Amino acid sequence: MTLTRHLRVDGPNHDDRLDLMAQGVLGQPLNRLEGPLKVTGRATYAAEARPRNMAYGVLVQATVPAGKVLEIGDAPGALAVIQDKRMVRYAAQGMDEKGPTSGPDRIEYMGQSIALVVAESFEAARHAAQNIAVRYKSEDVPVLPDAVAPELPPKKQSAVGDVDKAMRDAAVTLDQVWHTPSQMSAAMEPHAAIAEWDGDQVTIRAALQMLSSNRKQMADALGIKEKNLRLLAPYVGGGFGSKLGINAEAVAAAIAAKQLGRPVMVAMTRQQVFDLAHRRSETRQRIRLALDGDGRLTGIGHDVLVSNLPSSEFTEPVAQATPFTYQAAQRQVVHAVARIHRGCAGSVRAPGEAVGVTVFECAMDELAEAAGIDPVELRLRNIPDVEPTTERPFSSHMLAEALQEGARLFGWSGRKSVGQRVEGEWMIGMGMAAAVRVNMLIESRARVTLLQDGHAIVETDMTDIGTGTYTILGQLAAEMLGLPAERVEVRLGDTDFPPASGSGGSFGAASSGNSVYLACEEIRSQIATVMGCNEADLTLQDGVARAGNVSRPLSELITGQVTADGHLQPGKTEKSHRQATWGSHWAEVAVNRWTGEVRVRRMMGVFACGRVLNEKTARSQCLGGMSFGIGIALTEAMEHDPRDGHAVSRDLAEYHVPTHADVPALEVHFLPERDAYVGPLQAKGLGELGICGAGAAVLNAIHNACGVRVRDLPATPDKIIAGLGG
Amino acid sequence: MQIRLHVNGDAHDLDLDPRTSLLDALRHHLGLTGTKKGCDHGQCGACTVLMDGRRINACLTLACMADDVQITTIEGLGTPDRLSPLQQQFLDHDGFQCGYCTPGQICSATGMLEEIAAGWPSHVSDNLEGPFAPSHAEIAERMSGNLCRCAAYTHIVAAIQQAAMAGSQREDAA
Amino acid sequence: MREFTYLRANSVADVPAGATIIAGGTNLLDLMKLEVMAPDALVDITRLDLNRIEPHEGGLRIGALVRNSDLAADPVVRRDYPVLSRALLAGASGQLRNMATTGGNLMQRTRCPYFYDRRMACNKRDPGTGCAAQGGVTRHHAILGASDRCIATYPGDMAVALLALDAVVQIDGPAPREVPLADFHLLPGETPHVETVLKPGEVITGVTLPAPVGGEQRYRKVRDRASYAFALVSIAAVIRMEQGQISHAALAFGGVAAKPWRDGDAEAVLLGREPSDALFAQAADILLKPARAFGDHAFKIPLLRRTLMATLRDATGLEATA
Repeated sequence: MTLTRHLRVDGPNHDDRLDLMAQGVLGQPLNRLEGPLKVTGRATYAAEARPRNMAYGVLVQATVPAGKVLEIGDAPGALAVIQDKRMVRYAAQGMDEKGPTSGPDRIEYMGQSIALVVAESFEAARHAAQNIAVRYKSEDVPVLPDAVAPELPPKKQSAVGDVDKAMRDAAVTLDQVWHTPSQMSAAMEPHAAIAEWDGDQVTIRAALQMLSSNRKQMADALGIKEKNLRLLAPYVGGGFGSKLGINAEAVAAAIAAKQLGRPVMVAMTRQQVFDLAHRRSETRQRIRLALDGDGRLTGIGHDVLVSNLPSSEFTEPVAQATPFTYQAAQRQVVHAVARIHRGCAGSVRAPGEAVGVTVFECAMDELAEAAGIDPVELRLRNIPDVEPTTERPFSSHMLAEALQEGARLFGWSGRKSVGQRVEGEWMIGMGMAAAVRVNMLIESRARVTLLQDGHAIVETDMTDIGTGTYTILGQLAAEMLGLPAERVEVRLGDTDFPPASGSGGSFGAASSGNSVYLACEEIRSQIATVMGCNEADLTLQDGVARAGNVSRPLSELITGQVTADGHLQPGKTEKSHRQATWGSHWAEVAVNRWTGEVRVRRMMGVFACGRVLNEKTARSQCLGGMSFGIGIALTEAMEHDPRDGHAVSRDLAEYHVPTHADVPALEVHFLPERDAYVGPLQAKGLGELGICGAGAAVLNAIHNACGVRVRDLPATPDKIIAGLGG
Repeated sequence: MQIRLHVNGDAHDLDLDPRTSLLDALRHHLGLTGTKKGCDHGQCGACTVLMDGRRINACLTLACMADDVQITTIEGLGTPDRLSPLQQQFLDHDGFQCGYCTPGQICSATGMLEEIAAGWPSHVSDNLEGPFAPSHAEIAERMSGNLCRCAAYTHIVAAIQQAAMAGSQREDAA
Repeated sequence: MREFTYLRANSVADVPAGATIIAGGTNLLDLMKLEVMAPDALVDITRLDLNRIEPHEGGLRIGALVRNSDLAADPVVRRDYPVLSRALLAGASGQLRNMATTGGNLMQRTRCPYFYDRRMACNKRDPGTGCAAQGGVTRHHAILGASDRCIATYPGDMAVALLALDAVVQIDGPAPREVPLADFHLLPGETPHVETVLKPGEVITGVTLPAPVGGEQRYRKVRDRASYAFALVSIAAVIRMEQGQISHAALAFGGVAAKPWRDGDAEAVLLGREPSDALFAQAADILLKPARAFGDHAFKIPLLRRTLMATLRDATGLEATA
């Protein structure tokens, strides 16, 4: 019998248990467990299994922005043209329990998947899909956010006091509007799936971030029982939100494989990824700030307009961090949604804060300038003691430390006033921004098995999308069980294993990590029983158990194996405390005074995220987020055609993710911290903090360099020269 | 059509649709899935392989045009138990995250270091004469044909610099 | 990609008139995968003996199959025609430069996203269907030499430098001929699908450069990210100074028209004059007099002006002394 140790996080944990363990492996900058497979090309991603007799499917896409498919023609050379009412129009949102909207005959946006062509070869399937004749009844629909009267979902509005009055009474005010364009995750691995049936059992190997909810979505979409569905995602080539929910290719692969009675692979082309994966909504953000004579905010207004399809519930939570980042007695958030027919909007790395904090931190920079207060000082003066409005305490609050430490490390005191630092054609400037991201825990389970030979196995359907999950879960188990890290095997990405939180919202490491912790704690208890001591008095190190002056190798204490499940659930601390991660961003840029080109010369982030589980992989997470921030600030824009809404920038030549040359040697610092309200791991999410506000540091540095404020992102050369004059 | 490909030192006889890219020949027909398809249009570099030692995009090469060259893929550079020096540096520096662009980065870096050694200039070189040191700016520019959305760039450049220094030390010793 | 017959040519005479030539394949296969181009027959010319760089009448002859990377790194090119090396190095990626050929690069087609998208009307791709780019997203489009049929740009870099170097294209076929690069590419007019003077059955065999003119040579490319992106605008400049005056000025522009652009009047105004911002502004005025923009690409007019000012300041030494 497998014992389960369960914990609902209802209160603080000040035990610092992990600091008291003896192995000393947790937190260490170990190389990734799966690293040797990845650097030699042996790690196999979604499209990389090779079942016998596999056929290839390619999705057929709508060429009208809305309407109905009346007829789909034949595909010479293909095995089948499949148009099944279960096929989906767009991806499920993260953590949905149902499949996304189905019925591919109804078209909601240009490029929507409407059918699948299957052939013996990829080449034949692609050609057939590109040339299949489709007859439509097309409809005129709005595609521009400004073309419709927006919805104002009541639950998403909030107001305390009167911001208008605060603005009238303020010593200094700021009232500006920013625009950010649609952005794409653009993970390097295109969405792909291989489906194979055995009777009524289907196995789908896919590019997915959250297998336990994906399994529910897929079972619902296919109309089968969950127990008849196995999902595999041992390696995922990046997610950033785009693989949170099942999408058209995996559903189509399963339907086609059933119909043809043979395995079917469906991989999206890169253009299809741009059309079919969720985009981050474009945003219009009006920020109003009122400041009193002491440099304290008295009013904060954040009016947001985002868009999505009429049938999709998700709306980019742009102002998510606005209610608690800075104090002000009068505050208002307006959240408007334009229902238009562009591709479905959904989660892209740090939904909300990635663009919301970025814009807000630009506004703070403008306000600081208007008030004649140093931007760091302005932020320090406005950090609240408790969450404004709710008056909940913070689980931890490290913004002030991050600001002060960052200013010191970056040499902020050396910053010149606007336009004062020139090197040849280049104007040099420095900018900073605060970083903040909400923190969450999600229910998660894991199984840990300790074998008599001193090896351990961790099993959970958690994914590693590049986040380091294999490694940190291995380190955790090694620490708790007193084993060298290489003696722990971690098995992920298989719904046959206990259901985990999945990778999303930065909650993966803490949620799944706590479940591994709990399973290990149960195993420790069982060992303690054999040793005749309390679990708390047990020391495990290098395969040896010690209690008092008794010391015995694990092999003597275990017969066969010991297995335990860990089960974590979020609890009361979710509501009792405002949980967030904190940091600061710092950038030095050069702006060419003729061409308006911007080069980031230096960039640094200081982050506090609770316990750091692996210093090396944690750093990598931050590098990634900061680089996304460079993209948001300078290069990334997904353009939509103003007439039919289709994605115009739909490949990697048109949609500019930062290259090697756009990213300098980034610097990352962690502030030591243990957050007691997020479970015994005392660790919080880190995958998204690095992006939140990063772009603002770059944009604020541009202003310091050359005096230009770009409020229509990204800050491409045309927008810089428009402000340069001369 | 009948095509003979020479991959990682082995000859393979294949019957392929002439439309088959070298990338799909490797992935679909030879099972060498270490070479990745990220964009299929020469816009990401994930498919980078070495052709007669030079880095190229396998997605924009027809397999039928590659019948008389030696192709080296990531699988030919090292194995999990015997990493190439660059592979080891990528591992040690955490020069990857999701790992999908990684084989392309490593094949590209392998070819790129040869280009530096051959004295080829780059867009960011101060002069065209050379020689060119493997500075951050030089490596970043020369590697810009390999996108990494996880953005391990900082670690990738560090890994390549380390490998380049170790390589030149070996040459000095030799 | 449509099915095609694959042929391999062992001599120029082997190249059938109806076949589409493939060499580096970096643009052709890109377009074939999208069926923007769908040839019935492909003839692979990579085995032809056209990959040498050799002296030619005091200048240089570059074989059509010389790869971009080899051309950029060639010691003579680096020494005598540095603007060509610089232009090549500013284009594409290391991998693509190892594949792309000199001849193929001249045939590079536009990056207009409406040309690339078969759902969209495009006179260049499907003559007579219209131009969906107009009224759409036109950030990359032409400000010079466009027509109401087409506003696409030629996206390459190499040809911009070759134009500033007065290169000549060597063409083999039924009637071998040489065409100055300035005359090789065509403006869209009424027939945007006709992009060059190359006729069916003709093969580019090489490009010749006249004797080196020396001087200061610059290739300046402004793009949306630091590397691996097409030009918003680019400028190839060859400037020679004698006794404080400009004695030779060759300026070619990329990213602004359906062909690499050159304006003799803008160059002529510089000759015999001392460098100054006022003089450079005069040249920019002449260059941009015919410029038109009616959409997202309007910024290219001030951007080209500013980039020209910067390039001329740099090449004449005015920037260093300022």
